[in-house]
Amino acid sequence: MSAPAVVAESVTRRFADVVALDDVSFDVRAGELFGFVGPDGGGKTTLFRILVTLLLADSGRASVLGLDVARDLWAIRRKVGYMPGRFSLYPDLSVEENLQFFASVFGTTVEAGMPTIAPIYDQLAPFATRRAGALSGGMKQKLALSCALVHHPEILFLDEPTTGVDAVSRREFWDLLADLRGRGLTIVVSTPYMDEAGRCDRVALIQRGRLLGVDEPAAVARSFSGAVLEVRSRERYRALLALRAFEHTDTVHLFGEWLHYTDRRAGNGIAADVVAHLRTNGIVADVTPIAPTIEDTFIQRMGAPEAA
Amino acid sequence: MKRSSAFLGLLQKEARHILRDRRTLAVIVLMPIIQVVLFGYAIRTDVEDIRLAIVDPEPDAATHALRTRLGASGLFRIVAVERSTDGLNALFASGAAQQAVVFERGFGDRLESARAARIQIITDAAEPNTGTAMQNYADALIRDHEGELREGTGPPPIAADVRMRFNPTRESSNLFVPGLIAFVITIISALMTAISLAREKETGTMEVLLVSPLRPVEIIAGKVAPYLLVGLATVVLVIIEARLIFGVPLRGSAVLLLAEGVLFTVTSLSLGILISARTPSQRVAMTAVLAGTMLPTVMLSGFIFPLESLPTPLRLISAVIPARWFVEIARGIMLKGVGLDHLWQESLVLVGMTGVLLMASMRSFRVRLD
Repeated sequence: MSAPAVVAESVTRRFADVVALDDVSFDVRAGELFGFVGPDGGGKTTLFRILVTLLLADSGRASVLGLDVARDLWAIRRKVGYMPGRFSLYPDLSVEENLQFFASVFGTTVEAGMPTIAPIYDQLAPFATRRAGALSGGMKQKLALSCALVHHPEILFLDEPTTGVDAVSRREFWDLLADLRGRGLTIVVSTPYMDEAGRCDRVALIQRGRLLGVDEPAAVARSFSGAVLEVRSRERYRALLALRAFEHTDTVHLFGEWLHYTDRRAGNGIAADVVAHLRTNGIVADVTPIAPTIEDTFIQRMGAPEAA
Repeated sequence: MKRSSAFLGLLQKEARHILRDRRTLAVIVLMPIIQVVLFGYAIRTDVEDIRLAIVDPEPDAATHALRTRLGASGLFRIVAVERSTDGLNALFASGAAQQAVVFERGFGDRLESARAARIQIITDAAEPNTGTAMQNYADALIRDHEGELREGTGPPPIAADVRMRFNPTRESSNLFVPGLIAFVITIISALMTAISLAREKETGTMEVLLVSPLRPVEIIAGKVAPYLLVGLATVVLVIIEARLIFGVPLRGSAVLLLAEGVLFTVTSLSLGILISARTPSQRVAMTAVLAGTMLPTVMLSGFIFPLESLPTPLRLISAVIPARWFVEIARGIMLKGVGLDHLWQESLVLVGMTGVLLMASMRSFRVRLD
């Protein structure tokens, strides 16, 4: 088995009196699509910045491709592709000019990078002369990905690449990542969307600077204890408020079109009880047990979602 | 070869930013050109067409001769001729008159009998510089007249032959154009590079640039070079314009002036980088540059206010302002036509400052985000 692509040992980082990362340890295997999942402000961006040599950890060690992130910054910078969370291309330059620029920065050319980026760039080619600032959200992300890939990096760090992108583009983007992974590239990605976690080889749940666990998505979902009820109602928001006020509620949250609900009690007849409670509040709803998702697990592990 | 391609890529990108942003480009090129005209007319201390009131209680041949002379000089326009000084206050207060020449009673008789004939010159000195200039003009004219009257009679008075060197007609445009060049270079180099570096931070592109093999020197040089060109092009335009409109001379070597211009540009660029390295946003960078470079350049470089008239503490501060040295160099080359043999000290000061600033700006450029 080859050496891990990323190793982090007890990485800790503070900003003033806020602990952004608290004793974070994990490793990413070579060729893996590794995801960090967690809410905004959980420490994902700080962790990525430490791994791509933009920030120093207060304590702990981290290495990328066997190189120390604090000491070997110039060697690492030649080998990684990085896509920051914010759109970070030049809006006044065209699609091809952005690509040309990032190729030249790494001492290469767009032509030389084409084999790697072709599957992505083919979708961008019709807009080659359009200014990057005028692209749609999904196209911007594909351009940013092309720019991060044009120099054949050995590992890719993508910080929330699909935030603010429509659902279809998000799915296309993850298809591209799966394709890159299939060609052997190691990819470390973060996302606030639980549904995207299922597309990673392994996911790490991160919240308030702490890792809550690292596992395969299916295993994470399996680790859920208890039962999840899906609550379908036309009056979704009123149902949410009614269930929050319900004495037996453990967790209740919006999930897509419907609500996911867990109860403090165990046993049968809970679904019927919930329907009854909603009806006394004047809300008509269907309630059915479903298989727990990663999101359910995550919400269970971290307790109530952060108020902020 | 690989490295040079990275640098060329940076240059190309920066050139594209500049050319795409037409409005900013227009501002940085047109602003100095308009400023030459504005400054040329606004801060002139040359006085023309002085509104003069005459008080002549007993007109005679002698007073008429002097009055005619004043009126014909081209400097004065006689707006009132009074018999007494009673109306003068109103004339000055309304601004109808800026200056008054008051003859004493029996002026002609006293002159003929070789007694001292007295004239009073009253000047509106609300603006001290203008006041002094008007005073000098009137004084000189009357002295000339007096000299001619005396010719052949009595002992010859000491005749001082005054010549104003380098700027014989004391054109103020000659004085401000070198200052304006310093001002233009400061704005373009310090302000534009500070803003463009701060913009990369603001838009997040700096984050991507940092996670690349580009060294700080390359990033900075890539920023600096295009603005250097824009800056020098503008300086050349300003010199040509000043020459065409105000006849400002370039007596010394144009090459030397440009070389010193490049030196001063690098000084300002280093300052801009230094400031932007410590500021988080374009707005803060802009304010800091305005306060840190433009104000001192305008107030303390001798550009508008003569260094000699500054209080000692300010004069000491002016010594650490690069623009002050450049203004001296530019004036030397343009007005006196002197070369490096006279300006090497000022040039050396500028080189020293540039070295220190450049080192400081390289050091302050962070290779990480914190």
